[in-house]
Amino acid sequence: MERKLLEVENLKKYYPVMAGLLARHVADVKAVDGVSFFIAEGETLGLVGESGCGKSSLGRALLRLEEPTSGRVFYRGTDITSLHKKQLKELRREAQMIFQDPQSSLDPRMTIGDAIGEALLIHGVGSEKDRPERVAELLQRVGLEPGHATRYPHELSGGQKQRTGIARALAVSPKLIVADEPVSALDVSVQAQILNLILDLQHEFSLAYLLIAHDLAVIGQVSNRIAVMYLGQIVELAGRDDLFHRPLHPYTQALLSAVFLPDPHQQQKRIPLPGEVPSPIDPPAGCRFHTRCPRVMKVCRQETPGLKQIDNNHLVACHLYE
Amino acid sequence: MNNTILQINELKTYFFTRLGVVRAVDGVSFGLRKGECLCLVGESGCGKTATALSILRLIDSPPGRILGGEINYHGEDLLRSPGARLRQIRGNRIAMIFQDPQSSLNPVFTVGDQITEPIRLHLKLGHRPAHDRALGLMEQVGIPQAKERMGYYPHQFSGGMKQRVMIAAALSCDPEILIADEPTTALDTTIKAQILDIFRDLKQDKNMSILFITHDLGTVAGIADRIIVMYGGRIAEAGSVLDIFDQPKHPYTWGLLKCLPSISERREKLSPIPGIIPSLIDPPEGCIFYPRCQQRMPVCQQKRPEEFVIAGEHVAACYLYA
Repeated sequence: MERKLLEVENLKKYYPVMAGLLARHVADVKAVDGVSFFIAEGETLGLVGESGCGKSSLGRALLRLEEPTSGRVFYRGTDITSLHKKQLKELRREAQMIFQDPQSSLDPRMTIGDAIGEALLIHGVGSEKDRPERVAELLQRVGLEPGHATRYPHELSGGQKQRTGIARALAVSPKLIVADEPVSALDVSVQAQILNLILDLQHEFSLAYLLIAHDLAVIGQVSNRIAVMYLGQIVELAGRDDLFHRPLHPYTQALLSAVFLPDPHQQQKRIPLPGEVPSPIDPPAGCRFHTRCPRVMKVCRQETPGLKQIDNNHLVACHLYE
Repeated sequence: MNNTILQINELKTYFFTRLGVVRAVDGVSFGLRKGECLCLVGESGCGKTATALSILRLIDSPPGRILGGEINYHGEDLLRSPGARLRQIRGNRIAMIFQDPQSSLNPVFTVGDQITEPIRLHLKLGHRPAHDRALGLMEQVGIPQAKERMGYYPHQFSGGMKQRVMIAAALSCDPEILIADEPTTALDTTIKAQILDIFRDLKQDKNMSILFITHDLGTVAGIADRIIVMYGGRIAEAGSVLDIFDQPKHPYTWGLLKCLPSISERREKLSPIPGIIPSLIDPPEGCIFYPRCQQRMPVCQQKRPEEFVIAGEHVAACYLYA
């Protein structure tokens, strides 16, 4: 039984909507609306969903880059949702983040050597004297040259910038990395390089990842288990092979059927999903997916299904399986 | 000539910058047939967008300049036509959809205005008939509550809906050719599938020729009749969709296909193409893929390979097939 590194209990993140002359709080964008799951040591949990499903908000709320509205997050058994600033800093040594846009997550006025060194400085890793060596080591580990340390972000390609972000996250020897769309801004050949790097680092450092992405093939390449999100909630969670070969939730089925396989012989029948994702300000009653579900039943419009275990680590939130 | 309606010969588009001359399109030739979907595939910087923009002479000049070649459309060389003639063709006979609907729609005009503009300009219809035609187009591309939404502004639409607006505007004058530059890249998986269905219907119902530019091989497999793989401003390989996917010949094409993560099969590691995309400033003599090619030979460095015939229309610019 693997140890649970991170455990999330009914996490919610709402963004207030202010309207009117007096900027009154009139509604909430329910970006994350009651999410529970865990990540074991050394495993990769993939989090997949389309725009507006709340996956990025979830990633940020987990590490308290944004404050959760309610719910709890446990890291190695400690409730981190109520930690003070100083204790939070200690958490950050253990749990780091890689961002989607390598362009905007690097300070354009710092060389990348300084950016990585800063992480070491802030967390008191090593002495000032051996910092340059540690930076050089990290650069090489992510496939850059030590000579790159003196370059500025604008002098690097997209792939190189992303590697810098990874080096910076690795600098403090974390145990958990939350990677938010780490490869979506990259060309396919670079994407492959970065995905391989992510896998290698996992083996070498026993890292756990929460990998957030919209591309199912990317998620499938690196994840052990996968959670599918829709409109702020997890609708299905299962092992990678289980999810791909036996998707249970109608949304997961539609999502998988919509993927274009790079193979002209395997053009599958698409399950059409009518309409668009409803607004998270006013999500549908009952099951949030009921407005677009090809298998909607009467109960779906009234009762919200909970995420239930069907068998062997396969969980699904759907009245079809109750 | 088997109903080729657009023939491009030895197109050369260079950009004259402070750092040197960027050979964005460096001698590209191909034809587009009636009713076919031809996909231009390649990663960033391969010259596919520059090629498309050159067809309608939308290249920013300076710093770009179309230096040479011919673009034959119904007996006319578009590169030598006067500006007024180009304006008659753009949006009317040859229409274009750009990558980012966000920046291609004018934020201060309603969506209805933007769709009717080309109709009034080219088809010279009156106010009411143009309005009705625009409404019909919006319905055709699947915009719900079209009548009401004609008066909406772009910011009131989601990404997928904005893209449909762009498509409606492009279709407004029933063009013979539609050039679509990464039309689904910024969209979610399920929306992407919906948009591609629209393209498929267009090809089928209106016998429209589509020049579809993308880096996503999955999309290509789903929609292309023929494929042109571009690299470094040149054509690496061209052929039917089955030629390219079943019998890829150019080492770059192999690399592209091998480095894709796949839902259907789990691979231990992806096989990325080593190295990085080349600079197009002062490229060296010989094959531009040479530095990254696992199959390179001495001759590859000496002279740029021509397109050698593999079989029928399947060609590859590679000395392996000389």
